[in-house]
Amino acid sequence: MINNGSKVLLEVKNLKAEVAGVEILKGVNLTVRAGEVHAIMGINGSGKSTFSKVLAGHPDYTVTGGSAMFEGKELFTLEPEERARAGLFLAFQYPVEIPGVSNSALLRLAYNTMQTERGLEELDPLEFDDLIQEKIKVVEMDPSFLGRSVNEGFSGGEKKRNEILQMAVLEPRLAILDETDSGLDIDALRIVANGVNSLLTPDNAVVMVTHYQRLLNYIVPDFVHVMDAGRIVRTGGKELALELEARGYDWLRAAA
Amino acid sequence: MSAALQNLVNQPYKHGFVTDIETEAVAKGLNEDVIRMISKKKEEPEWLLEFRLNAYRHWLTMEEPAWANVSYPKIDFQEIIYFAQPKPKKKLASMDEVDPELRRTFEKLGVPLHEQKMMTGVAVDVIFDSVSVTTTYKAKLAEVGIIFCSFSEAVHEYPELVKQYLGSVVPSGDNFYAALNSAVFTDGSFCFIPKGTKCPMDLSTYFRINTEGSGQFERTLIVAEEGASVCYLEGCTAPQFDTNQLHAAVVELIALDNADIKYSTVQNWYAGDENGKGGIYNFVTKRGLCKGVNSKISWTQVETGSAITWKYPSCVLLGDNSTGEFYSVALTNHLQQADTGTKMIHIGKNTRSKIISKGISAGRSSNCYRGQVKVGSRATGARNYSQCDSMLLGDRCSASTFPTIDVQNTSAQVEHEASTSKIGEDQMFFFAQRGIGSEEAISMIINGFCKDVFVHLPMEFAVEATKLLGLKLEGSVG
Repeated sequence: MINNGSKVLLEVKNLKAEVAGVEILKGVNLTVRAGEVHAIMGINGSGKSTFSKVLAGHPDYTVTGGSAMFEGKELFTLEPEERARAGLFLAFQYPVEIPGVSNSALLRLAYNTMQTERGLEELDPLEFDDLIQEKIKVVEMDPSFLGRSVNEGFSGGEKKRNEILQMAVLEPRLAILDETDSGLDIDALRIVANGVNSLLTPDNAVVMVTHYQRLLNYIVPDFVHVMDAGRIVRTGGKELALELEARGYDWLRAAA
Repeated sequence: MSAALQNLVNQPYKHGFVTDIETEAVAKGLNEDVIRMISKKKEEPEWLLEFRLNAYRHWLTMEEPAWANVSYPKIDFQEIIYFAQPKPKKKLASMDEVDPELRRTFEKLGVPLHEQKMMTGVAVDVIFDSVSVTTTYKAKLAEVGIIFCSFSEAVHEYPELVKQYLGSVVPSGDNFYAALNSAVFTDGSFCFIPKGTKCPMDLSTYFRINTEGSGQFERTLIVAEEGASVCYLEGCTAPQFDTNQLHAAVVELIALDNADIKYSTVQNWYAGDENGKGGIYNFVTKRGLCKGVNSKISWTQVETGSAITWKYPSCVLLGDNSTGEFYSVALTNHLQQADTGTKMIHIGKNTRSKIISKGISAGRSSNCYRGQVKVGSRATGARNYSQCDSMLLGDRCSASTFPTIDVQNTSAQVEHEASTSKIGEDQMFFFAQRGIGSEEAISMIINGFCKDVFVHLPMEFAVEATKLLGLKLEGSVG
């Protein structure tokens, strides 16, 4: 929901970043306010995923220029875990497996870390169980998933639902969903999208990185940005996504 | 290896203090006179002296084994003190008579010698250098017919039992260190669970080497008669010395028909400093004999200490339908070397064995699993499952696996799985992105990696083991 009076959560200015000496981001500008849903689209290699990883602080990427303010803090002075505790969440494109660590143990540790950060009480395993039993309904997950090792033996769809479950538990201010729709069948896509929609409030925001317009039928964006060669080359409303679906990216790339 | 991982691994050893207590020790060196003297000091019967001397004479003909994947300077066996005990030594009527200095030592180690203060429901035999200091809950156990006492006491009180079983699983000439132990062993624990008795509490031995330059050579002998069951725990620590100390123990377990023995160890001997100076050489022979039908022996070990570990708790599955299990976590850091694993010898029909081994290497350490699964020609229907997983922290450590499988019966089924992993940058980033710092993340990953083993540890031990791994790894990832 666009409300120009609402608070700016994230302000990225002229962001440049490289990986292994190759510049990928060449000056990205983006402003995200509370209550907004953004979609970043673009062809493979345009820098979409790099952008989300740079914001979250992946160690492979080096910021070479520009700035990013998140909730009034200079994002790039914070360690990855400090960014997370400040309320920045990244749903991974390829969620990792953690053998032997149960989903519920991970979720509880992450939740309690966040509670401590917010000056709130930690929950013991029983209290946390009450909370998590409610949260798993968001992604229509079977409670048996909680006892299983994180992502181990999960299908692609289950892994993505698990990411959204983590988002539901941590209640971030800004969630970046990196190709959360890739590899999902239509039922799983609906479940994931419903989950994300149910978590949207006027105080938080979502940035979706995606290739396909399909996801945007379920999570309707306020802004659609097209990224190409490390820059945002066009910003529009949700209709821009439909136009991309019909015409492809070439006309924008030529224009850029 | 990043700074955070470094710090996590470089936690100081907290059991490294020395107890200032007057010790009576014999001069360094080994010969028949020293053995006679030990035997005399312990007022042993003639047959035991013969057992020792035979072992010694056999030992003299043996070569130190060189096949293990470990390297260390040649041990000078004449430079070791073979007998050291706190003075004065008198018969203890109650726990209150234990030397206060000793009692403080064990309280500091978390092993209070007062029964009231004990971890609830665990009886402990406490071994300090060469002698057993005290055994708790002895009287209570005696009510149900269970014998739990020091080895020396067993020699005097139950000579027939000791004579019947001593050396029946690990013969005195079994291997170099077992022979040495058989010649010079000084004390240890003896435990006998009579027919049909389920031991009402966990039994435990706590080993402490205190005197610099002394070796510790103890024997543990556990016998579970028909239908009996017992859960046994072993803990060990030693002070920090610049010199290496030798620990060459022998543990023998015997399970008769339908008996069940579960033996757990959390080994935290001093491992030497980050440059490999000092530390215990832990050269131990542990073997269980499933003598009766449907008997079961289960070894669980968490090996975190020692400069060098050379240890293969094994099961001889003689009785039909008997079961052997081995669950192991071995963690090495700095310049530690571990060559550890198991042997499962299937002799009886339908015998089953399971091996779960988890090796974690950090620093410049070397961690090696060595295992043997042998299925004899009569072991129809034998089954084995082995899983050996290694995890590497950093890029200067090593992990190796040496499995040997020897099957002589066509109906046997033997499975071996192995994996090697590193704590990945992606895993660490994932934890960070969920707000979890690197030390907690590593501790969680490691505990997850070891979970299949930890679930087999008794509760108190599992908690201790989890903490211990965290401490040992403090500072090693980032």
